[in-house]
Order: sequence, then structure tokens, then C-alpha cells
Amino acid sequence: MYNRGKILPGLVIFLALLTFPFWYEKGGTAPPALPLDTPEIQKLSVKKCVEPTPFMKASHMELLNQWRDAVVREGNHLYANHEGKKFSMSLSQTCLGCHSNKEKFCDACHTFSGVKPKCWGCHVVPKEGRT
Amino acid sequence: MKVSRRTLLKIAGISLMGGGVRPALEALGAGESSKIVASPNRLVGKRWAMAIDTKKCPPGCHDCIDACHREHNVPDFGNPKDEVKWIWNEPFKDVFPAQEYRYIDEGRKEKPVLVLCNHCDNPPCVRVCPTQATFKRKEDGIVMMDYHRCIGCRFCMAGCPYGARSMNFRDPRPFIKKINPQFPTRTKGVVEKCNFCEERLARGLIPACVEACKEKALVFGDLENPAADIRKLLKAQLTLRRRPELGTQPQIYYIV
Repeated sequence: MYNRGKILPGLVIFLALLTFPFWYEKGGTAPPALPLDTPEIQKLSVKKCVEPTPFMKASHMELLNQWRDAVVREGNHLYANHEGKKFSMSLSQTCLGCHSNKEKFCDACHTFSGVKPKCWGCHVVPKEGRT
Repeated sequence: MKVSRRTLLKIAGISLMGGGVRPALEALGAGESSKIVASPNRLVGKRWAMAIDTKKCPPGCHDCIDACHREHNVPDFGNPKDEVKWIWNEPFKDVFPAQEYRYIDEGRKEKPVLVLCNHCDNPPCVRVCPTQATFKRKEDGIVMMDYHRCIGCRFCMAGCPYGARSMNFRDPRPFIKKINPQFPTRTKGVVEKCNFCEERLARGLIPACVEACKEKALVFGDLENPAADIRKLLKAQLTLRRRPELGTQPQIYYIV
């Protein structure tokens, strides 16, 4: 092989750069812990979300989109869950009513996974709303 | 095994269909366990409309404007160029340009008249909206905005002959005196307008401006209901509508 002295180190450097994102974060940032027995949850009288926790963890964004379309475009404001319990479909009132700490509840995961939902440009976070 | 072109296309077609069937089945399955319903205490109407008795409007009063702008987090930028308004006053001669003539009383010409979105039966803003962010509700005729979809192209502002739409050229949040947490604010780059208090109707309340008017100059009701106050008023009084010659069928009726 001609120019072995240049090609082999060059290849090593290229591969190192290519895999940089994989080994750089290794053991770096840990995913946020999601405890279900925080003092805030203990304070709530009903400790159940509108749908079961695994569904909410995986599909809350789809549920919120469904709620948005139902309220804004169809003018229907009530959601009856699988148990028949009814909820007003409102992000600021119903969701944040229980999940009162947006920073710990929403932002913890969204920041970790690099998701930037645009909800808060318009929807008011009760505590942040200047009164 | 040699696969003929015909067989390959058949298999490909069937696999594609199979791929489409699964999400459809899942969507059907999800619909069974939960459902979305209208709130039972909402106000029901087939064609909401408003009558404004300008003779009852006391000069200098802006209770209705304040109530609306407080309720809906309408910002006050403090300059007419960026102004955002849902309900406001305009001089008579601009509200009813066809009613202005040479010998019209000067006082009447400049008299402020309350104006808001006309919730037209044939709304040009809906027709020009490229994303269907503005749409007319089939069940009650309210011309609504879905701020989630608005891309800020301002076609609707050009389309509306009444100037009922305002653009947020800047982030409105710092310019809202007191944020009402019950209603969202808007963000920079979306257009906004009166929604006939759709969110209040859903809770069984009449629009904020009508509720705030001490003189009962504003009458809100369902035009399809013959027993409604607004129908009686329209029968008893001659009313004007803004620029009816345009064919937009505005649903705000003025007693002058």
C-alpha cells in the first residue's frame, strides 16, 4: 500500500470523528429519573392521570393533538376516558392542574431528548403567568 | 423460484394494503375505550349573531372593550402600527361609508361606533386562508381561528373588508397587563380576532362584551331561534350591516 503512513492514521482519525457522538456521551448525561411518589403526587387526592401511565408516557403528544383538534375545530370540550370519567380538555387547567411543576414534569424529559414543543408560546403556565 | 412481474406486483400490492390496515384497526380500537363529547352546559345556537344599539352607547364608555381584551389576553403595544384589537371604536363615516353624504350631521359623522369581527356567513378570510387556520363552524356559524395552524401569511387581513384582524408583529406577552390564565395568549407571527367568546359559550356564558355592557346596548343570540331577543329586535327595528353590498353577509346588526 502506498502512503500507508498517511492513510492508516487518517482512517483512524476519520472513524474517531464519525463515531464521536456515540462515545462522547457515553456515561455522560443520565436520563431523568421519573419517580411516581414525589411529595407533589402524595398531595393529590386522585393519583391517576386521564389514561394509564404507560400510555401517557408514550403517547401524551398524540392525546394532546387529539384534544387540540376536538376543542378548537369541533368545539367539543369533554374527554371521557376508558373508565368513563370525564375531563375538561385543557392543557393549562386540566394537565397543569395536577402536573403543577412544568420544569420538573415537562422540561426534564423534553430537554434530555432535545424535544422543543411550542405549547408554551401561547398556553399559560399558571405559576409563570404574571398576575 | 422465478417470480414473474405480475406475481411480484400482486405481492407488493397486498403487502401495502396490509400495512395500511393495521393503523386503521388500531385507530378504531382506540376509539372504543375513550370518547370526546360536547360539554352539557354549553349554549347551543344554530346561527349566533349580535345587535348593537349605538343609541344606547354612552360616549366615552369602553367597558365592553376592556372586558373583552382582559378576557382574551389582548396585548396593548401602545402604538397604532402594532395595534391588536378584537373589539374597538371607529368613526361612523368609516363604519358605514355608504351612509355618508354631503349634508350628514357632523356629530354623527365622527360618532364612534363599536366594531368587531362580523362572523360573516360568507367569510372572505376563510376562503383565502391557505392552512384552514380560519374556519367557519358549521354548527353555529362562528368564524373561528385555530392559532396552532396560523402561519402568519396575513392573507386573511387582506381579505377581511372590515379590518377585524390583527397581526402579532412582536411577542405579545410582555404587553399584556394581567394575563388571564383561563385563556391562552398568542405568539409572535399569528393573526388574531374576535371569536364570539366561543370558549365562554362552551361554559354556558354569554360573550364578555355583552355581559360587561351596563346599558344593554349589545344583544347576543341565535338568529335561527324565532323566540330569541335578537330576532324580536330585528323585527321591531330597522338595522344596518357593514358593507352588505360585498356579499359577505355580516352578522353584526347596528341600530343607528
